[in-house]
Amino acid sequence: MSDTTKLDISGKVQAPTRVGFGEGLAIAGRNDPNVVALCADLTESTKMSGFKKEFPDRFIQMGIYEQALVSISAGLSLAGKIPFLTSYAMFSPGRSWEQVRTACLSKTNIKIVGSHAGVSVGPDGATHQAIEDMAITRCIPDLVVINPCDSIEARKATVAMAKIVGNCYLRLAREKTPVMTNDDTPFAVGEALITRDGKDVAIIACGPLLYQSMMAAEELAKEGIQCRVVNNHTIKPMDQTTVLAAAKDCGAVVTVEEHQIAGGMGSAVAELLAQNNPVPMEFVGVHDKFGQSGEPNELLEFYGMGVKDIVKAVKAVLKRK
Amino acid sequence: MLDLTDKKVIEIEETANTIREDIIQMLLAAGSGHSAGPLDMADIFAAFYFHILNHDPKNPEWADRDRLILSAGHICPVRYAAMARAGYFPVEELKTLRKFGSRLQGHPERMHLPGLETTSGPLGEGIAQAAGMAYAARMDGKSWRTYCVMGDGEQDCGIVWETLLFAGAYKLSNLTVVIDRNNIQIDGPTEKVMPLESLKAKYESFNWRVIEVGGHNIRQFVEAIEEAKATEDRPTCIIAHTIAGKGVDFMEYKFEWHGITPNAEQAEKALNELRTLGGKIESE
Repeated sequence: MSDTTKLDISGKVQAPTRVGFGEGLAIAGRNDPNVVALCADLTESTKMSGFKKEFPDRFIQMGIYEQALVSISAGLSLAGKIPFLTSYAMFSPGRSWEQVRTACLSKTNIKIVGSHAGVSVGPDGATHQAIEDMAITRCIPDLVVINPCDSIEARKATVAMAKIVGNCYLRLAREKTPVMTNDDTPFAVGEALITRDGKDVAIIACGPLLYQSMMAAEELAKEGIQCRVVNNHTIKPMDQTTVLAAAKDCGAVVTVEEHQIAGGMGSAVAELLAQNNPVPMEFVGVHDKFGQSGEPNELLEFYGMGVKDIVKAVKAVLKRK
Repeated sequence: MLDLTDKKVIEIEETANTIREDIIQMLLAAGSGHSAGPLDMADIFAAFYFHILNHDPKNPEWADRDRLILSAGHICPVRYAAMARAGYFPVEELKTLRKFGSRLQGHPERMHLPGLETTSGPLGEGIAQAAGMAYAARMDGKSWRTYCVMGDGEQDCGIVWETLLFAGAYKLSNLTVVIDRNNIQIDGPTEKVMPLESLKAKYESFNWRVIEVGGHNIRQFVEAIEEAKATEDRPTCIIAHTIAGKGVDFMEYKFEWHGITPNAEQAEKALNELRTLGGKIESE
């Protein structure tokens, strides 16, 4: 661990990951004139408004249709554009899955951005809480899947995605969450980052729940349990080296994600470990349930993704070592 | 470019007949696929590849080429045959259709065969891909045009109407859609499975220009394309009224031939008809 990987876990500065995306999109727009932005009637909500203001000729209002949103973007990319397309994750890639799959089969270059993922969408309720989106995207060949831990990382991921020639999915959240990284924190697609070191249990997390994972590691340290925490932001292609090293060094793994256990990041880690180094695992995430209305933190606790749930999972997996 | 002499019309018709023979032989060799649609679109594909498109078979990635997208991917045998006859790849390769390792996949895939532009087959996606291309061309001030061939059954798909809204709203006049109006889909006549009429009125209400032509009348079709090119305020839809299975008597008008292929005996009969009754295919 270098100093640059040290996170700010004070929780003092908070911002939604979608805001970082908006900033990153404007940067990507300045970097490359081929970057265009398409939105399904959620311009402010998905934070495309800054790009729209700066590059009005490169912004395309789509109305509320997500299937054509994806296929029209595929067409734009085949004619040389780099389209970023936004909606809520529930609808894109949720409603547009088949179009996303064909785009990947066709080796286009589109950047699908799904905001308002996770139960932390809160009061909108289960219909709008995408907790299956990583499962349906990571099973598609060649599709890059990224779930950034905070606003700054979302910004970096957006800029990086524009430079990748290929299809990508960026998963964003609605609510403000702690900004843990800073401008100097390293970020590269497909390179997980160790954000706290330890040898007892590896906590492999993605998305804003990295914060809860870090808090859990703090608490456990007080009891003498030293956790390695890995920011596994790229679900696909996953950083196999860092994940395998964590499993080898710690001998037990807990995965943490705001997503269904079935098919999510934890499943991807399990697939890797089962083939290379099966160690005891516990999964923190949504266990085969739909969400509901409520306040974000209330829901995270209710569905078992709070700090205490991570602590519990670490202790459970330790017993199985 | 489009100076269409009577001699040229006859040449295109003869090419279309050759393409029909290719289709029968391809389908026989493949043992699965669709018969009616490819046969009824032979005239239009011959017109595209041998007269309308600004393209270079030896340089399929040429940046300023017109784009032809086949949204109804299942009728790809007609496109493959037309491309082979136009010089994109050897005619002998046609018999590999649907075989393991072939560039001629059961539904068109751009990563397998240069010149296909997109991967299509999941119905309705092609028109959306085409609209994206047309939009990009206009952003860049390019003069190449985008054409998209659709089936009529495909009009059932929601994504089609999403795209019609989009292209109508943005007045994509560089986009021309051709609908193969053969009135059949897998389960039966379109007007029984899920009525589409009035298709013309529906498109017009989405701010599209609509031109109806006989789908086996080369001159009418080429003139409609010219009208589409001259239209500057809207996208154009050409509804091409075709006879399902055109050119093979026992297949004509029959929805049963939508999704099946001829056996050896039927293929021989079909080829015999196509070779001896060539006159049937003339403009109506």
